[in-house]
Amino acid sequence: MKLVVAVIKPFKLEEVKAALEGVGVQGLTVTDARGFGRQRGHTEVYRGAEYQVELLPKTRIEVLADDDAVSDVVKAIVDGARTGSIGDGKVWVVGVEQTLRIRTGEMGGDAL
Amino acid sequence: MDSGDTAFVLISAALVMFMIPGLALFYGGMVRAKNVLATVMQSFFTMGLVSVLWVLAAYSLAFAPGNKFIGGLSFLGFSGVGQEPNPDLSATIPHIAYACFQLFFAAITPALITGAFAERMKFSAFALFTTLWLFLVYAPLAHWVWAPGGWLRELGALDFAGGTVVHMNSGFAALAAAIVIGRRRGFLKEAMVPHNLTLTILGAGILWFGWFGFNAGSALAANGLAAQAFIATNTATGAAVLGWCLSDYLRRRKTTTLGAASGAVAGLVAITPAAGYVGPMGSLAIGLAAGIVCAWAVGLKYRAGYDDALDVVGVHAVGGMLGALLIGVFADTAFNSAGGDGLLAGGGLALLGKQAVAVVATLVFSFAVSFGILKLVDLVVGLRVSEDDELSGLDLSQHEEVGYAFAEGGGVVSQVAAGHAAPAERAPSTVRVPQGDLG
Repeated sequence: MKLVVAVIKPFKLEEVKAALEGVGVQGLTVTDARGFGRQRGHTEVYRGAEYQVELLPKTRIEVLADDDAVSDVVKAIVDGARTGSIGDGKVWVVGVEQTLRIRTGEMGGDAL
Repeated sequence: MDSGDTAFVLISAALVMFMIPGLALFYGGMVRAKNVLATVMQSFFTMGLVSVLWVLAAYSLAFAPGNKFIGGLSFLGFSGVGQEPNPDLSATIPHIAYACFQLFFAAITPALITGAFAERMKFSAFALFTTLWLFLVYAPLAHWVWAPGGWLRELGALDFAGGTVVHMNSGFAALAAAIVIGRRRGFLKEAMVPHNLTLTILGAGILWFGWFGFNAGSALAANGLAAQAFIATNTATGAAVLGWCLSDYLRRRKTTTLGAASGAVAGLVAITPAAGYVGPMGSLAIGLAAGIVCAWAVGLKYRAGYDDALDVVGVHAVGGMLGALLIGVFADTAFNSAGGDGLLAGGGLALLGKQAVAVVATLVFSFAVSFGILKLVDLVVGLRVSEDDELSGLDLSQHEEVGYAFAEGGGVVSQVAAGHAAPAERAPSTVRVPQGDLG
């Protein structure tokens, strides 16, 4: 069992969600996030006063996946999120020790 | 008495009243989300407070027969303010209609000041300041400029709808307030950006709408002069939007919505004293100048180091001064025989000189007395909220409310129209509503 985490551009969420559903993903968690990478921030100007906004709005998504599905999930996220311009985000995969569905008590792969 | 004039002035009074919630939105959008309610409350509460104080005593101090500097006490509690016209103030409408119309001018003026001390003043201090300021600054100045026998009116200085009484007055009181209360914590260090400019531009639109009552209504009659003031107001405002947007564009090759909204208000401010004395071309020049000059003036606070949070000084003090002085350039008796001839109408420098006297007198009086009142209020109740209260925001600390309560846990509600089925079963609510005794 793996946890696939990605930080993407907020306006790519719908495409990523569709791509994940296309590879059979049945659930995901989405969080509004802020952050910066090599892209850094942007400038905002109010009545002539300039502000450097370094933390940009991003969307963080988390998907639990069986080991053999991980590569499809990662590929779906990349396909959905990629624009080719700077700031497209990151994907990383971490190991998961245990999963459990709260309602039924099912564990492991059955809990997905 | 003229029923058409009466109808027009009463409707104009209601239009001016509507400027106050417009101002609340204009200011409310510019503060941080944690202070939105406290900011709109300062405008809204002022409307209630001045509505009472005006009837009790402030109208009398402004407009009852008195000396050159302040009115007498004969109109206390609106006694003697009846349904018959008072020929000294307005010959064709009921005296009480005139007093109503003036009420909302008195209400919006202290509300304008609140932009300077936004995001850090105690509610009690604000209420006390507004009360004292209405009696000690607004009422005398209105008397000087508009009451029969007032010294600036006798001098021949022109102020059609309140460039000195309303805008310069609130602008220089704002400067005093920004200096006495001090900067917001984090000013110039952290970003203090407007939280909702959609509110601000809606507020600017409501102000623009209500201002027709303010300026055209100041003709106090449904006549050609009112129409003249109406188009002067609108032309100046349009030109000022263009002027501010042009300034923005030249600086960064971008126009901004805050610039467009601010430009509209700057144009409205600058044309206020001049609306009934200048023609369409004069109003265009005044508006364009206001847009450009005020766009520059809002940057002064960063150099001078005072924190006029929402730029009351840059827009109202500077725009009000500009309009009052430009009357001396563009006024023309061809448009209003009761007005005067400025420089371009062949009147020489005489009118400009009188306007300059009015500007300096307003500036000194408003700044000095406001400064004193603020020091006094600071001594009595303290002007500023505590550091904790300022950090958590005035909405919570002054009013025990929040401006924005989004869905629990920040969840997104799915659209029913998108075809999602309703959940089959609902978890019992954890909120307990008090029930009556069913036994």
